[in-house]
Amino acid sequence: MAGPVIAGLAGNVLPLIGTDAIGRLLAWPGLGGAVRLSVVTGVVSTLCAVAISLAIVAALQGGRRFGLLMHALSPLLALPHAAAALGLAFLIAPSGWIVRLLSPWATGWATPPDLLILNDPGGIALTLGLVVKEVPFLLLMLLAALPQADATRRMMLTQSLGYGRVSGWLLAVLPAVWPQLRLPVYAVLGYAMTSVDMGVILGPSLPPPLSVQVAAWMMHPDLSWRGPAAAAALLQLGLVLVVLGIARLAERPLARVGRHWAESGLRRQGLDRIATPLATATALAVVVLVAGGMLGMVLWSVAGLWPFPDALPAPLTLATWTRAAPSLTATATATLAIAILSTGAALALCLGCLEAETRFGLAPGTAAMGLLYLPLIVPQTAFVPGLQVMVLAVGAADTVPAVAAAHLVFVLPYVFLSLAPPWRAWDRRIAVVAAALGASEARTFWHLRLPMLLRPVLTAAAVGMAVSVGQYLPTLLIGGGRITTLTSEAVALASGGNRRIIGAYAVLQMLLPAAGFLLALAVPTLAFRHRRGMRAA
Amino acid sequence: MLTRREMLTATALCLALPAWAASGPSDWDAVLAKARGQTVYWHAWGGDPKINDFIAWVGQQAEARYGVRIEQVKLANTADAVARVLAEKQAGKTDGGAVDLIWINGENFAAMKAAGLLFGPFAESLPNWPLVDTVGKPATVMDFTEPTGGLESPWAMAQLVFEYDSARLPEPPASAAALLDWAKGNPGRLTYPQPPDYLGTTFLKQVLYGVTPDPTVLLKPVDAADYAAVTAPLWAWLDAITPSLWRQGKAYPANEPALGQLLADGEIDLSFAFNPGRASAAIAAGELQDTVRTMVWQGGTIGNASFVAIPFNAAHRAGAMVVANLLLDPEIQAQAQDPDVLGFQTVLSLDALSEADRARFDALKLGVATLPPLALGPVLLEPHASWMTRIAADWTKRYGVAP
Repeated sequence: MAGPVIAGLAGNVLPLIGTDAIGRLLAWPGLGGAVRLSVVTGVVSTLCAVAISLAIVAALQGGRRFGLLMHALSPLLALPHAAAALGLAFLIAPSGWIVRLLSPWATGWATPPDLLILNDPGGIALTLGLVVKEVPFLLLMLLAALPQADATRRMMLTQSLGYGRVSGWLLAVLPAVWPQLRLPVYAVLGYAMTSVDMGVILGPSLPPPLSVQVAAWMMHPDLSWRGPAAAAALLQLGLVLVVLGIARLAERPLARVGRHWAESGLRRQGLDRIATPLATATALAVVVLVAGGMLGMVLWSVAGLWPFPDALPAPLTLATWTRAAPSLTATATATLAIAILSTGAALALCLGCLEAETRFGLAPGTAAMGLLYLPLIVPQTAFVPGLQVMVLAVGAADTVPAVAAAHLVFVLPYVFLSLAPPWRAWDRRIAVVAAALGASEARTFWHLRLPMLLRPVLTAAAVGMAVSVGQYLPTLLIGGGRITTLTSEAVALASGGNRRIIGAYAVLQMLLPAAGFLLALAVPTLAFRHRRGMRAA
Repeated sequence: MLTRREMLTATALCLALPAWAASGPSDWDAVLAKARGQTVYWHAWGGDPKINDFIAWVGQQAEARYGVRIEQVKLANTADAVARVLAEKQAGKTDGGAVDLIWINGENFAAMKAAGLLFGPFAESLPNWPLVDTVGKPATVMDFTEPTGGLESPWAMAQLVFEYDSARLPEPPASAAALLDWAKGNPGRLTYPQPPDYLGTTFLKQVLYGVTPDPTVLLKPVDAADYAAVTAPLWAWLDAITPSLWRQGKAYPANEPALGQLLADGEIDLSFAFNPGRASAAIAAGELQDTVRTMVWQGGTIGNASFVAIPFNAAHRAGAMVVANLLLDPEIQAQAQDPDVLGFQTVLSLDALSEADRARFDALKLGVATLPPLALGPVLLEPHASWMTRIAADWTKRYGVAP
């Protein structure tokens, strides 16, 4: 997958970077602030999201509340980032839903207070948005990894030794799960440092995060700004790589701390009393913030006039929906077709790679893995236009397969990311037993590995579908406007800032991937209903 | 009617110089014949459902009258279409391009014109061109002081109007100085989209018109004037007002829709738009309080025009020209001016219209918040595009990078 990125970069970025471009980038007065914002919001939000996800799983997994929570969270995964950000913005703004619910009876405000909550210079609102959006993703990744880490028996062991739930989990399960979780965390970090749509809606603008500025320069009517944009995109890539490097290096000292703790023999049962209510509260907060924002957007989609400080819109109307209805079937079909094509191709490629890896003992090097994830950390605006020139040159643009191929560039890393760790963690002794009983490698694959790994395979497919459905720039540029998907339509409409339209399309954009995630949860439960060892949690 | 059409075609033929060759609209019947059955991919900003509905309606008209289908490619940003044409040029695709028609003006037009990405000139040879009011509305041939040269055809007039909630603000300020005084007395109730957003920059230019002693220098490129002296009053005005802005100037809305949403949410009392009919249309759609009214400043407000242009490699050039011409049709123009539809002002000269066509415009309701044409006051021309670039860059230096 590095090929398209490198070709795109070579075709678009490198020719633009001259001394002039670098000079103009350095002369931009907001550079220092933008870099600081990108790094701080990216790192802080990732740390928070990881800590919250680990705390939730460590403190709650196995309980009844955990099952309920996962069912509440999984559809939220499918929510497009822009819609989640707008929903959150409507919740927390001074004229937003929370203030409306309290005004004027509790606050005395007849007009919204002049408070800087959204777009604050420190990027707190942006960090909050990134955290609530990434926690569901990390939880799903964790959940897919747990069965392969033998979590249940490890927990039984630590608890029989008198460790508390949380401390036992952290000491015994986390080290086994982390190798499978590392890449998803890196993807979250890369996304948080480069996201454009969330930064535009929730982030500050004086200056904006670097990614937002790159996008703004790329879209500047004066084409000469593409030079500084390209230079800034490379700078951004460098920043992401440095932060990822630091994250990798930080693992060792952290592991040492954990070892000291383990060797000290401290059981720390008291941790549970703090961690359990805290985890429950943050999990609830995440659900309330995302679902509340979503609910607000749904209400906007049927709202007539909804002035401050009304808590609910007075006239309800279906005008927004009837307006969207006519083009809907064709758009939804195209979206689904592209998602199925790209996800199917990605699954086939990943399964092929992983199976070859097992049979021939090939292990991809770190460099190869880095290349695979390149599309996730290089800003899209930097290489997709170059990719477009390439696709145009071979005369394949404007077709569904071409758009699906462009989506594959982004779908494949995510599918690999969710599939590879559980696949590799599969207990190979099962294959040895199968071989000893005379089964061929193909039979082992089709009758043992694939069915046993049904849950991660379906999860990976659902993630892939969600990624494909969410693509805007590749759809627009490679599709040339001939191919319309729910997202290309939604982003264009969202540029008008019309909450009613955005609400309607957010629901539509969510439906397809949400169905995928529900299937990914439901099908294994159904298939394994007579297989106790295969149940998730 | 037929004879008038023929006369117009004849006028168009006269205008069409030999440079036209076979591709231009000089032989309009041939263009019509070629266009029949074509699908025109019109790349247009898709952020406003009302505009999207209007384009769909124009599509029905084009299909019924000329057998031309319109497919709107909804963009989040017009520069996406410019980038697409540029990519096609880089890839050596000199015909069969994906973009047939672009809704464009200002900087995007200047960029495409400079990069040789446009087909034409074609606009001034369109059969409906003689109806365009190029004298009374010079913005129809001067796009941000850049002569259009027939490379783009106008379809709507825009003028800056201020929108205010009359329930909270009965007497809105009508000049830059009055606005400053009002903002100081009512802190936190005014803001503008963050430059380089075009509406935000337009607001700065409007203030500049109001505070600079000799505005005529704005029509020349910025290099030809004493930039520091001309803009000094603008920076002084902004320094004075910034602490009284919404969020004390520590955050700004991103664009025109975001600004309009702030007015609808009651976060601000005063807003502005580049469409005199926007407020009425939003009220009609139930998106804005019905107490909102519009007003203009003493001495006038900035106005410009929206255009359509055809890329050099458009696959359906004939169809695109038919659509550009159809957009100048009096019936279509009257529909666009209807406040329940778009509220866009017409580019046509009402004097040039037939009795029946003029009646279409006379019959239009004005809309509860729209000013009658005479009350809109004088239209100030857009300053040369170089002013916009320079002012936006300086604004970023002064206010766009909070310490």
